[in-house]
Amino acid sequence: MTTDRRTASEIADALAAGETTSVAVTQSHLDRIAEVDGAVHAFLQVDAEGALRDAASADERRAAGTPASALDGVPIAVKDVIATRGLPTTCGSRILEGWVPPYDATVVARLRAAGLPILGKTNMDEFAMGSSTEHSAYGPTHNPWDLTRIPGGSGGGSAAAVAAYEAPLALGTDTGGSIRQPGAVTGTVGVKPTYGGVSRYGLVALANSLDQAGPVTRTVLDAALLHEIIGGHDPLDSTSIEQPMPALVEAALRGAEGDLTGVRIGVVTELGGEGYQAGVLARFRESVELLTKAGAEVIEVSCPHFVHALATYYLILPAEASSNLARFDAMRYGLRVTPDGDPSAEDVMRATREAGFGDEVKRRIILGTYALSSGYYDAYYGQAQKVRTLISRDFDAAFERADVLVSPTAPTTAFPLGEKIDDPLAMYLNDLATIPANLSGVPGISVPSGLADEDGLPAGVQILAPALKDDRVYRVGAALEALLAREWGGRLLDQAPELKGATA
Amino acid sequence: MTDRLLSYDDVLAQFDPALGLEVHVELNTATKMFCGCPTEFGAEPNTQTCPTCLGLPGSMPAVNAKAVESAIRIGLALNCEIAEWCRFARKNYFYPDMPKNFQTSQYDEPIAFEGFMDVEVDGETYRVGIERAHMEEDTGKSLHVGGSTGRIHGADFSLVDYNRAGIPLIEIVTKPVLGTGAKAPEVARAYVAQLRELLLGLGVSDVRMEQGSLRCDVNLSLAPKDAGALGTRTETKNVNSLRSVERAARYEMRRHGAILTGGGSILQETRHWHEDTGVTTSGREKSDAEDYRYFPEPDLVPMAPSREWVAELQKTLPEPPHEKRARLQEVWGFSDLDMRDTVGAGALGLVEATIAAGATPQTARKWWLGELARRANESETDLASLGVTPADVARVQALVDEGTLNDKLARQVFDGLVAEEGTPDEIVAARGLGIVSDDGALAAAVDTAIAANPDVADKIRDGKVAAAGALIGAVMKEMRGQADANRVRELILEKLA
Repeated sequence: MTTDRRTASEIADALAAGETTSVAVTQSHLDRIAEVDGAVHAFLQVDAEGALRDAASADERRAAGTPASALDGVPIAVKDVIATRGLPTTCGSRILEGWVPPYDATVVARLRAAGLPILGKTNMDEFAMGSSTEHSAYGPTHNPWDLTRIPGGSGGGSAAAVAAYEAPLALGTDTGGSIRQPGAVTGTVGVKPTYGGVSRYGLVALANSLDQAGPVTRTVLDAALLHEIIGGHDPLDSTSIEQPMPALVEAALRGAEGDLTGVRIGVVTELGGEGYQAGVLARFRESVELLTKAGAEVIEVSCPHFVHALATYYLILPAEASSNLARFDAMRYGLRVTPDGDPSAEDVMRATREAGFGDEVKRRIILGTYALSSGYYDAYYGQAQKVRTLISRDFDAAFERADVLVSPTAPTTAFPLGEKIDDPLAMYLNDLATIPANLSGVPGISVPSGLADEDGLPAGVQILAPALKDDRVYRVGAALEALLAREWGGRLLDQAPELKGATA
Repeated sequence: MTDRLLSYDDVLAQFDPALGLEVHVELNTATKMFCGCPTEFGAEPNTQTCPTCLGLPGSMPAVNAKAVESAIRIGLALNCEIAEWCRFARKNYFYPDMPKNFQTSQYDEPIAFEGFMDVEVDGETYRVGIERAHMEEDTGKSLHVGGSTGRIHGADFSLVDYNRAGIPLIEIVTKPVLGTGAKAPEVARAYVAQLRELLLGLGVSDVRMEQGSLRCDVNLSLAPKDAGALGTRTETKNVNSLRSVERAARYEMRRHGAILTGGGSILQETRHWHEDTGVTTSGREKSDAEDYRYFPEPDLVPMAPSREWVAELQKTLPEPPHEKRARLQEVWGFSDLDMRDTVGAGALGLVEATIAAGATPQTARKWWLGELARRANESETDLASLGVTPADVARVQALVDEGTLNDKLARQVFDGLVAEEGTPDEIVAARGLGIVSDDGALAAAVDTAIAANPDVADKIRDGKVAAAGALIGAVMKEMRGQADANRVRELILEKLA
């Protein structure tokens, strides 16, 4: 059995040229899942039947000369926090075990309209709370580079699926780095679009003012292709942006030419240095040098309030989450635990939430409930919103001087499974560099920057742009990707060890 | 357990009442507040729902622009300021009829605030300050089965209908209403009655209290006379008729009075009004411990109604109620007393609609304030809830005018209408109520009456025509009231001439 290592755009080209069929491509990815997912555990649910049925439809459209989109027939995996009609959606939680949504999220509806067969649902930290996928109620996902290590989180399943060639594309969601940080630690590409750029309708909300769905891919061009399919205004999401999206594929293609003359790049002082792994910093500096060589003007910018980003995030997120998660009460759907005796509705709610939520979820519900309580609101939630404004002003000032900002995506490479599971603060620090973008709604991409010298594991570079200027992250991201590929003689993932599948 | 009550006069001798009214109005928009589901009343349970109003994971709200428009018009009609910028907020608490376990409402940024309404009672005008009018979504409707109280505690099981979840509501909150003294209960009632009419005039709600499209909470407190501060209040819920608003306020005044004069203190709590027994009972305790953890709804963007739009909406307002009353009084030729009674009975709109349907002002007023008010009183309900429409009343009067019915038969038609037997014409036909003026049928009854009352017949023969009344009565009785009384008199006089 041969692994299909082609990118989504290569598969699309092959489909367009009639060299292969969607059924063949989809089947080969289903075979790969069957081969390696016992070891990787990227998927919570595989829908072979549905994917092949949709692939057959895609082939019919191709045959009729009426493909639904550039990616018609290219299969995709979807993070399990996104509602899929007829396909279980658990959010990695026991409390939603077996829940089958009666409706599609807007992003899923757009995938279906564009003809992308959905391979299945990918693993994640419970309700997207975590940076390692270890908080999934269904067991952790393993990093394809080293199965004893975390694949990042919360969207470790989507990143691992793409890194392990189980899917050419995946959808993720990013509330504080859940697309970008897994991308960095698995050697893949992840994009958090501008807040409001992609509909949130059908994303089970973690923190509504921070959440954003986006592409998880192996190349910047693939991310742009997927982004153009899922993005754009949605009347069902009142926070979605009405302006048309910038031309993302065009920006990626232009960037891949490798010329960044006239582009001003700001290195954020506060996102680097202490707490960052030496090998991660070394790869970051090399990337910046390459960008400079490509003609970019590199300056250092300071965003002084970023040091408060983590604390701000851990007030706003739990506050919103505590309210969002209140609906899981056993009354209408999902898990229902009925205590002995003659329990009241309140007793059932309490017992169900006790049994259905994991520790990290409970921790954040308690934090958020406290932060919103009368008498504490101003000191915590209110104060956090003010700091959030200051962080946005830092961004505004920095973008006066630079077209894009860059930093390492995550401070470290993938750490061993279990290492930080009992130390929430250490776990939270992993999102230090990614959180500011969520707090102010700006777009960001993580692109592989190489392997750290200490452990030979992937690191990533993050590129941030002003809100609505998603095209800039694609242009600079594609440029960096092309420049690094020249250095390496291929993609970083080509250096990943061969996975020994469970059935291989 | 029966509450001790102080006599109303004793309450007034020692205390000043303070009223506060919170009215929830269901808007009559075609769709819900945050989704496209229909709002029609009375559909099969849980058939008017979607992921959003069921609060399914991942669903999101989108604001109904028509509801915002209605909210602004209500605010303007209540002389409120309209916010230049406002937001929705989440009110967090757990209850099975709340799909998300938070209600999307408005908190410290209502769409309308700082208004007033002038309320007339017995010719006096009381200005009721409006603190705010804000938008929110309704909850589902619970039915608690088993248990003695009909409440969730003690029930064997509960059923929830989410058709109502997400219906747009406007909550209108008054400032404390002071200085009403003995009239407090009547002012409360008159406020709600006038608010109903104002909302009807705006066309924004069906305002049917019996269907819950207008719901009222009565807040009441007593303070020692001239104390200059407010006492501890209770909030009485489930007050679902105009009459109950008045009764509940009066009851709470007397209950508070008994507790306070007995040296006790009032517990700040929610109380439930029981229409059948006319008492309130304790609900949940409402203390500062109840914390709804309000915060701005992050799934919705702030609203900033443009001043141009607000000005446009101002132009759509119907004439203000007091101007309208003055105009109608003049057109209808009502005396001050007639008008006051009509307004006080909450019948202004009904009388107006009845006149519009063809009745004369005097006959419209006669039915609503006489026969129908008596029935409403007897069955302890409101005129609007009797099941008799203005069109029905106009038709009944038309049947009287054309000689098909007399007043006595008309009352039987109203019996039929209350019993939901059909239209006035159907009831006349089904019950056989038409007046008999056919001589053949009447002559036999007249003969029987003359034969049975020879003394009376003799008097009439002797020229005492006034005595004919007794014979007419006998004929009417024989004919079960359906005889044409004038024709009967003619027949009697002919036969005994």
